[in-house]
Amino acid sequence: MRRDAPPDLIGARVPRVEDPRLLAGRGAYVDDLQLPGMLQLDILRSPHAHARICELDVSMARALPGVVAVYTGRDLAQFLKPVPSAGGMQGFNAPPHHVLAVDRVRFVGEGVAAVLAQDRYIARDARELINVTYDVLPAVTDPGVALTPQAPVLHDDIGSNRAFELRIGNDTQAALAASERIISGRFINQRVIPGPMETRGAVAHFEPWEGRLTVWLSTQAPHLMKREFARYLDFPEHRLRVVAPDVGGAFGAKNNPYAEELLAAALSLKHGVPLKWIEERSEHMLATSHARAQAVEVHAGVRADGTVQALHYRLTADMGAYYHAITHIGPMMTAALMTGAYRIAHAATDIISVFTNATPTDPYRGFGRAEATYFIERTMDLIARELGLDVLEVRRRNLIRPEEFPCTTPTGHVHESGNFQLCLDRALERFDYEGTRREQARLRAAGRYLGIGIATHAWRAGFPSVPGGKGYVTSGWEKSTVSIDAAGKIRVVIGTSPHGQGVVTTTAQIVAQQFGLLPQDVRVIHGDTDAVAQGNGTMGSRSLVVGGSATLLAAQQVRAKAIRLAAHLLQIDPRQVVLESACFRDAGNSQRGIALTEVAAHAFAGPRDLPDGMEPCLEAAVLFEPANFTTCFGTHVCAVEVDVQTGAAAIRRYIAIDDAGRAINPTLVEGQIHGGLAQGIGQALMEGASYDSAGQPLAASLLDYATPKASDLPHFEVELTETPSTVNPLGARGIGEAGAIGAPPAVVNAVLDALAPLGVRHLDMPLTPQRVWRAIQEARA
Amino acid sequence: MIPAAFEYAVPRSLEDAVAVLADCEAGTAAILAGGMSLLPTMKLRLAAPALLVDIGRLRELAGISRASGRLRIGALTTHAELLAAPELAEWRVFAETAGVLGDPQVRNRGTFGGSLAQAHPAADWPAVFLALRGVACLRGSRGERSVRSEDFFTGVLTTAIAEGEILTHVTFPAGDGRSGAAYSKMRQQASGMALAGVAARITLDTAGRIEESTVGVTGIGGAPFRARSIEQRLSGLLPTPSILEESCADVPEADPTNDLHADADYRRQLLRVHATRALTRALERARSAIP
Amino acid sequence: MNISLRVNGRPVEAVVEPRLLLVHFLRERLRLTGTHIGCDTSQCGACTVHLDGRAVKSCTVLAVQADGCDITTIEGLAAEGELHPLQAAFQEQHALQCGFCTPGMIMASLELLGRAIVPDDREIRAALEGNRCRCTGYQNIVAAVRTACERS
Ligand SMILES: Cc1cc2nc3c(=O)[nH]c(=O)nc-3n(C[C@H](O)[C@H](O)[C@H](O)COP(=O)(O)OP(=O)(O)OC[C@H]3O[C@@H](n4cnc5c(N)ncnc54)[C@H](O)[C@@H]3O)c2cc1C
Ligand code: FES
Ligand code: FES
Repeated sequence: MRRDAPPDLIGARVPRVEDPRLLAGRGAYVDDLQLPGMLQLDILRSPHAHARICELDVSMARALPGVVAVYTGRDLAQFLKPVPSAGGMQGFNAPPHHVLAVDRVRFVGEGVAAVLAQDRYIARDARELINVTYDVLPAVTDPGVALTPQAPVLHDDIGSNRAFELRIGNDTQAALAASERIISGRFINQRVIPGPMETRGAVAHFEPWEGRLTVWLSTQAPHLMKREFARYLDFPEHRLRVVAPDVGGAFGAKNNPYAEELLAAALSLKHGVPLKWIEERSEHMLATSHARAQAVEVHAGVRADGTVQALHYRLTADMGAYYHAITHIGPMMTAALMTGAYRIAHAATDIISVFTNATPTDPYRGFGRAEATYFIERTMDLIARELGLDVLEVRRRNLIRPEEFPCTTPTGHVHESGNFQLCLDRALERFDYEGTRREQARLRAAGRYLGIGIATHAWRAGFPSVPGGKGYVTSGWEKSTVSIDAAGKIRVVIGTSPHGQGVVTTTAQIVAQQFGLLPQDVRVIHGDTDAVAQGNGTMGSRSLVVGGSATLLAAQQVRAKAIRLAAHLLQIDPRQVVLESACFRDAGNSQRGIALTEVAAHAFAGPRDLPDGMEPCLEAAVLFEPANFTTCFGTHVCAVEVDVQTGAAAIRRYIAIDDAGRAINPTLVEGQIHGGLAQGIGQALMEGASYDSAGQPLAASLLDYATPKASDLPHFEVELTETPSTVNPLGARGIGEAGAIGAPPAVVNAVLDALAPLGVRHLDMPLTPQRVWRAIQEARA
Repeated sequence: MIPAAFEYAVPRSLEDAVAVLADCEAGTAAILAGGMSLLPTMKLRLAAPALLVDIGRLRELAGISRASGRLRIGALTTHAELLAAPELAEWRVFAETAGVLGDPQVRNRGTFGGSLAQAHPAADWPAVFLALRGVACLRGSRGERSVRSEDFFTGVLTTAIAEGEILTHVTFPAGDGRSGAAYSKMRQQASGMALAGVAARITLDTAGRIEESTVGVTGIGGAPFRARSIEQRLSGLLPTPSILEESCADVPEADPTNDLHADADYRRQLLRVHATRALTRALERARSAIP
Repeated sequence: MNISLRVNGRPVEAVVEPRLLLVHFLRERLRLTGTHIGCDTSQCGACTVHLDGRAVKSCTVLAVQADGCDITTIEGLAAEGELHPLQAAFQEQHALQCGFCTPGMIMASLELLGRAIVPDDREIRAALEGNRCRCTGYQNIVAAVRTACERS
């Protein structure tokens, strides 16, 4: 019986407490910070994909009035280490990645020289005055070509472009051989650019007399950065403060301790002055992590009824020129989740990871899981088509059933709980699948091409710690501290670092709920390592699942203590105490009670006024470590119409039914899904960071790299199901990535369904009008 | 993001502006109107003029008027003004084009004259200018001259405007009660500029046949051009949907560009499709213009 | 060069380099940091302010071009600590996540308010052509603008 929960804040559509200052233009993003005497850092970048630096003349730049210093890669290598990468994982031969290139550049956009000047206008002018002569080397940006013996090798010490090879899964050879039929395909999940609206930036301020270094960083993970920066700079961690101020989006791309950020900190230490580095958008397109960039060759062993008996992938993953923080995790995650929402007895992926003359890749919303989902959902459609079955039929036949959880996949992932059918059924009902199929037939007869696409996705979020890991992001715990002040108001200190997810509001809801308070009675503090002793960060849909669980447990502990204290003051048994609307009442005598404010004030009294053994203060700190990932799932269905004259695809309807587990604030959950859908649709139809054969990026600015605008997107129909997760006390599943994961296969499947009568069988993303039109012409020919 | 340093002049009158320009060494000064093309180029340091002559405050160069059977559009008239101009009701193509050009903020500052002077290969107004057979009026230290639209665009990003000359206004024939014009555009997904843009004007004779048509094309090649092959095919015909479509099937004078967003084949296809669409709408408007 | 203008109703005089962008003038000289910079190709709209009552991208206007003009930034919108109805609608409809695009979105959609006819969703989406958001998928922004238009 719930006897203590008015007003019910869990599941309430509470407006965000984060909003007013952001709306009034009073946010504080890193570029908004101005410190007296602050210098500006500016980076000159390589225009070549692969070249030797023959001459680097910075003398003119140094001579420009207002310039304080100019550094080359060689200058810096004398006092700075290569930047940390690949999470310091064992067995990963990370090639040295210098802060600025030393003698050789390996991708367009790699830093070559750094200018420190009085303001950004001068710094920019000085950049123009640096003279570099390059000896251009052959470049390779296609991972397939990079593996051939003739390909130019990026890292001489490694000797080839193979970054690492790994097999994940069980035996598939025998199972494939025994299958009734083998269906094969090749799918590419193209290289894209996460592209938050705020580019990267840092302000570093070393105060020599305090021996203190503060770095304001546009990051998702100030605590991780503090640990990495301290180690990199050999600077005592207890004197280092990292602050994530307001962060204008990240999406996985602000997880990495970047060269420029480390350089800003190092130069502030060296010069003893504050300095700022703000990335321009055109630099961002080249120098901030790219993502995805995976391709698979698929072999699926199937029965005629559509049952998948065995699945094998050969996965090629493009690392780019160097490893960033967790570049290598992407393909492993893809492999681990290759079976998607399905029960497939035999499955394995052989991973080959490759270095290319391209921007390093790293996480992007749905890291590894968006790729896995795309591959399996495209495979399901391919199987249906090859067997002449309905795409729905093939999915239903293989879907893991509710009674099969927990369910261990051949790649070692455990789906803890779920109800995949529920989302599928609801999606089809809302979409009117049969009715839309009829509509499709009618339109076809009239020469119009409507297609239906389905994706039933299942993946994981809220990672647990990696056993034996010691480097970057191997810790899956999160910490929260809840404390009540003498006036009965609450402060929560959280280790995650939200930047748009609304976690300040959901945290306030979770905590206020425990005490019958209002969200505005709770203040949430995050993002400043001086104010928050320990934490990790916001990534992989973990803020609520892991961080929120720590918060809930801490709040519950404080609540239990407050109840004991109230019972002591009321002189009744704690089990008699009912906490309602910030008031503790005697269940046996409703007239008797004591307000939370009073109990709180009393909690600060000396120990002698407290129950035996009770310490003063109402405060608890809880570190929550999930035992397993949560399973996240949903079904997306969309209808897309293709203009066969121009190849333009227009989404007519998009329905997303996603399971949030327990949704603390459905409005925020829906907002997360909308944003992810926009990115997923962007990947499906518009976005692609491609290179020409010389390694020049073809979409190096927003003039060529298309991200969705309002007019490019449909009105989304989003609905939530709530199947509580079993691996955290909130029952939450992690929803931040669902849209970006579900949309690409749903949209691509729909376009191919639309074009099926024209004989188009395959398309690689992005399905730009030109690509679609070309495919139609080829099919007709 | 940050332009190179330059000097800045704000002439008080057109005379003054012409005089300032006449004083400059060739190639060192640039005229600044709305700045929506020039400033982005300078911010990327693709252009670095030593002097900017800001004509943006010369109201004598703005506005729409009518004189002796022609419409006159001042060079400084903004895209937003063209979107909303009641004076241009007879040529709905102006509002239609302005509505698909850039975005509201760009339309609030960017000017008609600046767009023609810039002559970006994927700009929208050049197509309309060609299709409506406008005449550009230029003013330089040696006086005034006019250039017909078909002689205006001389190559990639180049026009008949000579060094030191200012485009003051453009004139167009006013509506005649039996003509219609329309613009059909496919946006490049990232920049929003025209991957293909076709402006078409159709004038009908009393029998409902096409007395004359003009077709201006942008986005396809290095410079905007008239699709004369289409115009010739249509001349004298009684238009039907299939006649319009067939007349656009092949445009040999097009010399399409190849780039990331559209290769030459695809651009040819877009030209066919949008020429047909523009002509179809222009025809509807011509028919409905007949009292 | 000397310039004098009004910013959020207050007169401002300054000496600026001709190349100084209006957005840098507002952010760095006047410390009005609510106006953001999201790109260097004049496309994202994060820098949108009103110049003589019309929405413009302040990254593509020189401070000297604003000489004698009236500028309104996001900071000038909320009078005396009260959110403007458009700002309130943004909160109500959850039209912001990271908030970086938000000031620009609001300044751009302000032009739609107070018209005789409430724009439909398609018109609102078209009116946001010059503003990019990477967080919200625009749906709630459209809803917020619609809500504010209905009320104005
Ligand atoms: C985000 C964005 C999107 C855009 N989208 C589109 C689009 O979809 N379609 C489109 O067509 N355009 C588009 N544009 C370009 C826009 O239309 C420009 O406004 C226009 O091309 C230039 O007009 P302006 O007044 O701003 O000229 P400016 O930028 O001031 O000048 C442009 C050039 O013309 C010269 N010039 C200007 N006026 C004169 C004159 N009167 N006499 C002689 N020379 C002159 C200048 O010296 C300069 O070389 C876009 C621009 C931006 C920033
Ligand atoms: S910063 Fe002005 S449009 Fe992007
Ligand atoms: S709310 Fe983050 S970019 Fe729009």
